[in-house]
Amino acid sequence: MNSDSLLVAKGISKGFPGVKALSNVDFSLRKGEIHSLMGENGAGKSTLIKVLTGILKKDQGQIYLENSLISPASAEEAKRLGISTVYQEVNLCENLSVAENIYIGREPKKNGRIDWKEMYRKAEVLLKEKLNIEIDVKRTLSSYSTAIQQMTAIAKAVDTSSGVLILDEPTSSLDKSEVQKLFEVMKNLKSRGMGIIFVSHFLDQVFEISDRITVLRNGQLIGEYQTSLLTRNELVSKMIGKEWIEPLLSQKKHAANISKKNFLMVKGLEKKGSMNPVHLSIKKGEVLGLAGLLGSGRTETAKLLFGIDASDNGTLVIENEKIHSMNPKLAIEKGLGFCPEDRKTEGIVGELTIRENMMLALQSKRGIFNYIPLKEQKKIAEKYIKLLNIKTPDMEEKIENLSGGNQQKVILSRWLATNPSLLIMDEPTRGVDIGSKLEIRKLILDLAAEGVSILFISAELEEVAACCDRVIVLRDRYQIGQLEGEKISVKNILELISEGAGVVESVHD
Amino acid sequence: MKKISHRINENNIIIIATLFLIVLLYGYGSLSFTGFLSMQVFLNLFIDNAYLIIIATGMAFVIITGGIDLSVASFVAFVSIITASLLEHGLHAYLVILLTLLLGIIFGAGQGYLIFRFQLHPWIVTLAGMFLARGLCYLISTESVEITDNTFMFLSDYKLYVMGENYISIGVVLSIIFVAAAIYLSKYTSFGRYVYAVGGNVSSARLMGLPVGKTTIMVYTLSGFSSALGGFVFTVYMQSGYALHLMGMEMDAIAACVIGGILLTGGAGYLIGPVLGVLSMGMIQTIIMFQGTLSSWWTKIVVGFLLFLFILLQRLIVIRRGKKRMHSIADLHTDSASTKQHASIS
Repeated sequence: MNSDSLLVAKGISKGFPGVKALSNVDFSLRKGEIHSLMGENGAGKSTLIKVLTGILKKDQGQIYLENSLISPASAEEAKRLGISTVYQEVNLCENLSVAENIYIGREPKKNGRIDWKEMYRKAEVLLKEKLNIEIDVKRTLSSYSTAIQQMTAIAKAVDTSSGVLILDEPTSSLDKSEVQKLFEVMKNLKSRGMGIIFVSHFLDQVFEISDRITVLRNGQLIGEYQTSLLTRNELVSKMIGKEWIEPLLSQKKHAANISKKNFLMVKGLEKKGSMNPVHLSIKKGEVLGLAGLLGSGRTETAKLLFGIDASDNGTLVIENEKIHSMNPKLAIEKGLGFCPEDRKTEGIVGELTIRENMMLALQSKRGIFNYIPLKEQKKIAEKYIKLLNIKTPDMEEKIENLSGGNQQKVILSRWLATNPSLLIMDEPTRGVDIGSKLEIRKLILDLAAEGVSILFISAELEEVAACCDRVIVLRDRYQIGQLEGEKISVKNILELISEGAGVVESVHD
Repeated sequence: MKKISHRINENNIIIIATLFLIVLLYGYGSLSFTGFLSMQVFLNLFIDNAYLIIIATGMAFVIITGGIDLSVASFVAFVSIITASLLEHGLHAYLVILLTLLLGIIFGAGQGYLIFRFQLHPWIVTLAGMFLARGLCYLISTESVEITDNTFMFLSDYKLYVMGENYISIGVVLSIIFVAAAIYLSKYTSFGRYVYAVGGNVSSARLMGLPVGKTTIMVYTLSGFSSALGGFVFTVYMQSGYALHLMGMEMDAIAACVIGGILLTGGAGYLIGPVLGVLSMGMIQTIIMFQGTLSSWWTKIVVGFLLFLFILLQRLIVIRRGKKRMHSIADLHTDSASTKQHASIS
């Protein structure tokens, strides 16, 4: 074993009922390096981190910290051993001061009482020396930005850590200059001999900051690479695997049906800290795709359009009418529909029946005093169960008893029942079996042929390539390009994503 | 300017507003009514409300963790009646006092344990505690029981003279000690800080490895103890035990906390706040008493109005805090020197 190895994991396996989350994965972190852990969703990154930090119990394998075997059974124990973790959401108390957040639970005391002066002094020194930031540590955490809060969490972690720092998606709520500040801190810690495990979905950041990259895919170790010897394209291919090359869909779209008129037009719509300005338009009967890796701003864009998140800037025009402040109710009135990404928490109401779930959007559109007669409800439910081939014994079955694909179809029916003019579909095929997947894709094309506009969001690029008339490519919350007609292919989208760094830079400046 | 603006911040603005209110009320009373501006009238505020100061201060800890304790008023009635009947049976006064304080601790700890162990809503648990304590009162006696015990008579009549002719009662002394201890507890002990952490963000507190369960049980225990102590002070003040004593007083305690700047959402407020809340409510009562023609229900009306005002003020602070957060995202755009500068603004 290498003498400068800090944390080494060997042959880690972890299974959940029905899934092998990690199989025989090796990982090693050296002193004074920043090591990125990469992989698509479900690749096993978070499982590996949870195993390392003692939150999950491994099935097989060994973990060595500075050449001695450890087996942390809880996050507390891992912390005691010197492995500190900072998560995406800041786990601190906003109502307490910066200093107190760092030292609570181990406050400096004098004669049995908390020595506030000493606490403030120590906090100031810690932030200055380790993180090189100077702030008023007496002020409450809530008065500082997310970035400073993150720094406070890191300071707390560094102060209790003896060498290993795990940063899980620390940059997802930071803007560019804040990220730079964080990177300075990371480099500073690195030069002091700390080993940092960095998890991020942002490719640029990974290339900028890390010394080595470990790639996981489907719970398997794909490899460990020197960052300087790896190109973006190679990394993306390793993360995604080879499968994407084969196009799956045989049906081709009918571009001829697209009307010349714009249904919806957006200029410079943005929300600070969430999405940078977007410009897009959707014609009637057009299928517009939003492509990009996770965290590129796909869902954020959709939420801005549907008014779930309020925009700070920009204009939204629907059928020549300027909408000043969009909200979901208005969106439904204007003929928009939104199938959310997270079906479980944002889509279905598990306790209600299939029929009741289908009626929600239509009822909302008609207003609460306009009760839809049961007879009509049943007719509508019957129609869509048949049309979308929803497999259920009865429309009065609770929706939570259905499979993922069938739940998705019920959500789609919910919006189809409102006769939408524009349907926003955020990852409609995620977690859906292959048969339903193809049915949903076919439905998208059929709807477009009938003149419904579709905004289609999917992480599966071949799906985007197969369904869309036009694709807007996003990256790191910037709109970086657009592909149309024949030019839409997985390869071109990937090229745009991996080479779009320059575009992001120039847009940012 | 900078110094002043530094002292008045969003954390203590409600305290300052309450202080201002007290001065305003006192000034109005002094100018309008002859005899209002006497030291004894002011001290009577403390004598009449000593029990409420103790109970509201105990309740403040519960509210800071984000909880509530509705059982306090019933428990005071329970303490009054159990004290009266035990004394009637010839038990020694000090033993009775010790016993009731112990009962308060057990009662509070029990409520806290239920709330934490079964993740029950404090409203429900303490509502049940409220009915239970009030019900137990009737079980002991439905009539008012007068206290004729010598020790209690002595404690009741005892006058501690301050500044010449003016005096305070034993209850006032106890309440001052209690408040001072509470302030120390909240500021200089780990327990006190955990109370704020739990109220700020429970899941964060848990992830930071703080003893959330112990803290939760402790605050309800403290509130139970304070209602027992407040009950003792009240019993001495009233010289009787009665099941119908202080109906609805728990709401007065909550109101005192709110007016004193303890946020009902938890995590914020100073322990001096409830005292100021009680004083301003007492001041209103005194003014109405001096005024003579208004019925005492006007106290409730004015306090109700004040509550609206203070809750609105709290809400505005929370909203402002949210807005400030948005602005301060620009914090890191500049170098550390100007960050420091930014920190000194507000």
